Amino acid sequence: MEKRDTLIEVRNLKKFFKIGDNTLKAVNDLSFEIKRGETLGVVGESGCGKSTAGRTILRLYEPTAGDVLFEGQSVMKLNHQEMKAMRRNMQMIFQDPYASLNPRMTVGDIIGEALDIHGLASGQKRKERIQELLSLVSLNPEHMNRFPHEFSGGQRQRIGIARALAVEPKFIVCDEPISALDVSVQAQVVNLLQQLQEKMGLTYMFIAHDLSMVKYISDRVAVMYLGKMVELADSEKLYEKPLHPYTQALLSAIPIPDPEVERKRERIVLQGDVPSPMNPPSGCHFRTRCPKAMPECSAVEPVWKEVEPGHFAACHLYN
Amino acid sequence: MQLTKEHFEPISVDLRQAEEIKRPSLSFWADVWRRLKMNKVAMASLIFILLLVACAIFIPIFSSHDYYTTNLAGKNKPPSAEHWFGTDDLGRDVFVRVWYGARISLEVGFAAALIDLIIGMIWGGIAGFYGGKVDEIMMRIADILYAIPYLLVVILLMVVMEQGVVTIIIALTITGWIGMARIVRGQILQLKAQEFVLAARSLGADNNRLIFKHLIPNALGPIIVTLSLTVPTAIFTESFLSFIGLGVSAPVASWGTMSAEGLAAMKYYPWRLMFPALFISVTMLAFNLFGDGLRDAVDPRLRK
Amino acid sequence: MERILEVKDLHVSFHTYAGEVKAVRGVNFHVNKGEAVAIVGESGCGKSVTAQTLMKLIPMPPGEIKKGDIIFNGESIVKKSNKEMEAIRGKEIGMIFQDPMTSLNPTLTVGNQIMEGLIKHQKMTRAAARARAIELLTMVGIPQPEKRVDQYPHEFSGGMRQRAMIAIALACSPKLLIADEPTTALDVTIQAQILDLMKDLQKKTGTSIILITHDLGVVAEMCDRVIVMYAGKVIETGTVDDIFYNPQHPYTKGLLRSVPRLDLKRDEPLTPIFGTPPDLLRPPVGCGFTARCESAMRVCQEYDPELKEISSTQRAACWLQHPLAQNRAGS
Repeated sequence: MEKRDTLIEVRNLKKFFKIGDNTLKAVNDLSFEIKRGETLGVVGESGCGKSTAGRTILRLYEPTAGDVLFEGQSVMKLNHQEMKAMRRNMQMIFQDPYASLNPRMTVGDIIGEALDIHGLASGQKRKERIQELLSLVSLNPEHMNRFPHEFSGGQRQRIGIARALAVEPKFIVCDEPISALDVSVQAQVVNLLQQLQEKMGLTYMFIAHDLSMVKYISDRVAVMYLGKMVELADSEKLYEKPLHPYTQALLSAIPIPDPEVERKRERIVLQGDVPSPMNPPSGCHFRTRCPKAMPECSAVEPVWKEVEPGHFAACHLYN
Repeated sequence: MQLTKEHFEPISVDLRQAEEIKRPSLSFWADVWRRLKMNKVAMASLIFILLLVACAIFIPIFSSHDYYTTNLAGKNKPPSAEHWFGTDDLGRDVFVRVWYGARISLEVGFAAALIDLIIGMIWGGIAGFYGGKVDEIMMRIADILYAIPYLLVVILLMVVMEQGVVTIIIALTITGWIGMARIVRGQILQLKAQEFVLAARSLGADNNRLIFKHLIPNALGPIIVTLSLTVPTAIFTESFLSFIGLGVSAPVASWGTMSAEGLAAMKYYPWRLMFPALFISVTMLAFNLFGDGLRDAVDPRLRK
Repeated sequence: MERILEVKDLHVSFHTYAGEVKAVRGVNFHVNKGEAVAIVGESGCGKSVTAQTLMKLIPMPPGEIKKGDIIFNGESIVKKSNKEMEAIRGKEIGMIFQDPMTSLNPTLTVGNQIMEGLIKHQKMTRAAARARAIELLTMVGIPQPEKRVDQYPHEFSGGMRQRAMIAIALACSPKLLIADEPTTALDVTIQAQILDLMKDLQKKTGTSIILITHDLGVVAEMCDRVIVMYAGKVIETGTVDDIFYNPQHPYTKGLLRSVPRLDLKRDEPLTPIFGTPPDLLRPPVGCGFTARCESAMRVCQEYDPELKEISSTQRAACWLQHPLAQNRAGS
C-alpha cells in the first residue's frame, strides 16, 4: 500500500455520560489514525461505544476529554462559526433509514438542507444540484418532491448518502448504514459507498456489527469492547490471525452461508452476556467472558501495544 | 397457453423501472385529511362546528331581536314563529341570546386554547430542547402552579378583577397551558433524540432551524389534537363558572348564566333551560368527537 | 416421512385504503416431523405473514385468508374458531418473536409467563408448573433459575429474554416451533449462544422448527430444508445443499451472491440484486422477479411460472427451467 497522509487523528478521546449517580464510560481513551482515502472498520457488540465514538469524533457529542485532529487542525477547539465550516468536511450516514429522514420534508428539501445551511446554491441551481445528487446515488431525480415514507429502506439509505454528499465532505462516518437493510439491498449500498469513495477520494469510518461486511469494505479494522479498543489491524491480517481472544470469538460466531463449512466448524461460544458498561470488570474488561483469562487479567489493565508491525492489541497474552 | 420460441427470447430489463414508485404521492397533512374525511362522525362534527361559528357570527347581526332589550309584556313566552326558542323572564328572545352565548363560549374556547398553545409551546419547547437543569427547573415551576386549587384561583381573580370574558380567559389559562407544555416537552424530548435531528446537526444546522424545521413540524400532530380537545374543556368551564355565578354578569348572555336562570323556572318554562343546555351538550360532543377523529387521523396507530 | 404441517395454495390479503395488498399469493409447502425448515426472503416477501397465518395471528380485518388450506397434524386450521386456536397456540405450536423486549409482558414475572401455558393447557397445579418453569429455565441455560423465575423481563438482558421466550414457547412441548427472526435483534456472540441452544433443544425434543430469517449464514447452520419466498410466492425450495450449492432461480442465486463471505477479496465487487421488490398492491403480471432479473425473457412478463421439479428434493419456479429456454440456468 502506498504511503498516505493522515486525515483524522483521534487522541485519547473519552466520552462519559452521567446517568444518575453512575458514570457510563461509553468511550474510554481511544487513540487511532485514519489515513486519507482509507476505510477504517469499527466492530463490536451493542454497548461497546462504537456509535458514540463516531458521534464524538464529529463533535455531535462534546467529548469528556481528548481531541480529534482533522488535517492537523483540532476539531474540539473550534468555535461555533469555525465548527459550522468544519462540518462541510465531515459528515455522517445513519443506521435507521426510517428515523434518519425528517418525515415532514420532501426528499428534495432533505438533500437541499445542506445547501441552504451553507449557502451553497439557491433557486434553479439548488434544484439542479439536488437532482445531480439524486442521480449520483442512482435515484430518480423526478422523485425529489416525494416524501421519505414513499421509498424503500435501501432507497432511503441512498437519500441519506446524497444528503451527506451535498456538502462535498472528505470524511464520512458510516454508522451501521446497512444493518437495517435486506441482504440484497446491503450489497447495493456497499457498492455505492465504494464507487463514491473511488470517485471522490472519500475517507470512511465504517461502524458495523456485521463482521463479514466490515472485512469486505475496510482497509483496516478496529475491534471495540466496553468502550475500549482491543485490537486494530489490516483487515486481511485481523481475519487471518486475530490476536485478541475477543476478536477470535467474534469471528468464530459469524454464521457462514455454506452448509458444508458449518457442519465441520468448531466454534468458540462465549459464555454469559456483555457486562454493563456502567460497571465494567476490573483489569481487562473482557476477562469475565474470556476463555484464556489469567490471574493478572483482573488485576492489571492490559496496555495497547503494537504486537506486530501495524497490528495493535490490548491483551496480557502478548505482554 | 401455447408457448413458442419467441416467448423465450431474452429481454433487457430497464432497472429504472424496478425503482419506480407506483403509489400516489401524499404529504403527511394530505394523508391526515384523507383519513379524517373517511371518519364520518368526525366530519359531521366538523361541519357542525363550522355552522356553529358561522351562526354565532351572523345571526346576532341579522336578527331583528337583540340580547338586552326587555319586554315585560311578552315574558316567558313558549317557542313561536316570532321567538323561535321562546322568551325569558324579562321578555328577551332566547334564540338570539343563545347565539350571543355561543359567541362568548367560542371566544373563550378559542382564546383560551390559543393562549395555552403559545405559552405551552414556548415553555415546553424550551424545557424539552435544552433539557437537563433548565428542563428540571421549568417543569417544577409548572408542577407547583398545577398544584394550586384551580377554583380558588378563579374566585380570587374574580374578586380582584371585574367579572367578564377577559377575566375568565385569564383564569382558564393561568394553569391551562401546563398540559400543553407537558405535551410539547414530551414530544420535543422524544424527537430531538431521533437520527434526523442529529443529521441536521451534523450538517451544521443552528437551533432555529432545528426547532422550526425539524422539531415543531413533527410535534404539530399531537399539539393540534391537544388544542382541539382544549377548546371544549374551556367552553365547558366558562359555562360552569357562569352557572355558579362566577362568570359573565347580566345582561350579557352566556350558556351558563342562561342555564342558571332557566333552572329556577324549569317546571313552568322548560325551554329556558332546555335550549342553552342542549347547545352546551351538543357543542361539547361535537368538539370531543372531532378531536378524537383528528387524533386517529394524525396517529392511526392509536386506533384499535 | 410424516408431515406435521402442510400449506396448500395459501392466499392472504390485507385490505388497506389504497386497495387490496396481496401479501401471500398461493404458497405451498410442508414441514416434516423433526425437521428444521427455513423460510428466507427480503422484507415484504410474505414470509412473516405466512408464519403468522399458521397461528392465525394476523389481524382480521384488515387481513383475510382468501383461499387455501393449512393442515396441521392432520387437521385444517383455516376454519378453526379463535377459541379452538387458543387450544393450539402455545400447546401444539410455539412461537418465538424477533424482539424479546416487546413480546414478553413487562408486568408479569418470567416464571408466571412460562406457567401460564402449563396451567392452561396441561392443567398443572401452580406448584407443579413452577417446578417445571424452573426446569425449563435451566434447560435454556439461564443461571440461578430459582431466583430468575420470580424476576421481571426488564431484569433480564437481551439474550436472556430470548432464552426466556424459548422457554415459554417450549413449555408445553409443542410439535412445531415457529421462530420469526429469533436472533436478528441480538449481538453475534449472543446469537451464537441462542442458535446453539435451539439446535441442542431440537435434538433433545424432536420438535419441528420453521425458522424465518434473512440471514443465510443462520440457515446454513440450523436448517435441513429451505423455502425461498419472493413477492408472496414460493420461488424455490430444496435441501440446504440444493439451495446453497445448486440454486436454480435467479433470485436465489442473487441472494447468495449478495452476501459477502469472509474469503471474498476487496476488489471483487459484491453482486447486489438491483431495484426493489414489487408493490403487492399491484402485483405484476407474470413472474414477480422479472423487473429485477438479468435473465428475463418475454414469457416472464406474461405468464407466472409454476414450481417445477428439479430433483426429488428441489423445486423451482422459473421459466429458465422450460425446455425452450435458450440461456438456461447456469449461464
